[in-house]
Amino acid sequence: MCLGIPGKIVETWEKDGLKMGRVDFGGVTREVCLAYVPEAEVDDYAIIHVGFAINLLDEEEARSTLEMLHELGEVESELGLESASSP
Amino acid sequence: MKYLDEYRDGDLVRRVLAEIEVAVTRPWTLMEICGGQTHSIVRSGLDRLLPDEITLVHGPGCPVCITPLEKIDRALAIACRKDVIFTSYGDMLRVPGSRSDLFSVRAAGGDVRVVYSPLDALTIARDNPDKEVVFFAIGFETTAPPNAMAVLQADRLGLENFSVIVSHAAVPPAIRAILSWPENLVQGFLAAGHVCAVMGYWEYEPLAAEFGIPIVVTGFEPLDLVRGIAAAVHQLEAGRTEVENAYGRAVSREGNRSAQDLIARVFEPCDRTWRGIGAIAQSGLTLRSELARFDAETRFDVGEIETAESDICIAGEILQGRKKPVDCPAFGTECTPENPLGATMVSSEGACAAYYKYGRE
Repeated sequence: MCLGIPGKIVETWEKDGLKMGRVDFGGVTREVCLAYVPEAEVDDYAIIHVGFAINLLDEEEARSTLEMLHELGEVESELGLESASSP
Repeated sequence: MKYLDEYRDGDLVRRVLAEIEVAVTRPWTLMEICGGQTHSIVRSGLDRLLPDEITLVHGPGCPVCITPLEKIDRALAIACRKDVIFTSYGDMLRVPGSRSDLFSVRAAGGDVRVVYSPLDALTIARDNPDKEVVFFAIGFETTAPPNAMAVLQADRLGLENFSVIVSHAAVPPAIRAILSWPENLVQGFLAAGHVCAVMGYWEYEPLAAEFGIPIVVTGFEPLDLVRGIAAAVHQLEAGRTEVENAYGRAVSREGNRSAQDLIARVFEPCDRTWRGIGAIAQSGLTLRSELARFDAETRFDVGEIETAESDICIAGEILQGRKKPVDCPAFGTECTPENPLGATMVSSEGACAAYYKYGRE
């Protein structure tokens, strides 16, 4: 139930005093409440849970984590530490 | 999908697994609190890929599993009323009460509807002014802001035919309770990423210091999970006991302040019972007195409730991390997702459902 999935905000508007938006999940879009991410703008990514954005995704952080992991792999292969299952 | 597929990259997962293999020198027991993480671990097979030294114990972070039986029975009695449209997240429908479940109430003619968002329940209330619309507001801190918003909007819009059964729970008091058990074996925690997306992780710092354990904020994809496990193992091997954030793209130390503010405007902390576990002080949320008129349990008097728990089901011991689903004699025989004896066999977050679905025997 605490599952949340990342989606891209493609449109925002206001309804009944709440900031709302349309979020794209890889082709499927849904209306979500953006009241908890008032700073959200179109093209931002957010974590969506039961129809609410609970936080914006830190895209810079996401990029640097993945880069770090890829670099870890490069260092490991240089040191011969790769697991047997790696190609 | 962006920000999802990258975290399911098998090569990267194997690299981090290899790193854990190199780092680990002795046995360690970790608990993932969140049932969503349990499902992801079992689905991706991480439990079988980790070195033998690492034992993962599944925690009680499954909201439908810990909703007290008495509250479910009360909800069922309310859902049976002719003047009520009962709305709930889908997970709750098959959860067994003492004598029935919401599916059976619906089959017998009750108006029970599954909603995706709590705001959908408000729309139903607005569209049906001659009916009472009740929403089963369950969940952890992740779901508290959406559920709180539904109550606040009902107040703002003057929707007097809307009410909620509140069964909210908080993670930090549960971690404290687990660590305080004399027979506790857990040496490190994976904190639930989306709970922390809302609440931040500052609340966990006193727990890590007091009990001398690492707590690692962890996401839900295989790469997130294996990184959380690696961080906990590195800390344990080095004798460190810190709160660490392995889900930085979604979580900051302070969390989402506007969501925390709204939780505090609508709810206040209370003692609560966790089904299968027992009472945990200040581990629940209840409506604040100024919004108490939205409390369905006082709006509808359903009389005395006499509860009766299954005497075979070991869901309590599973939720406490003392037993695994496969230790239960009823697992996969008398108890299946279609005919569950306990809530852990029902939910998309229950440990028994995960073991059943992904073939652990």
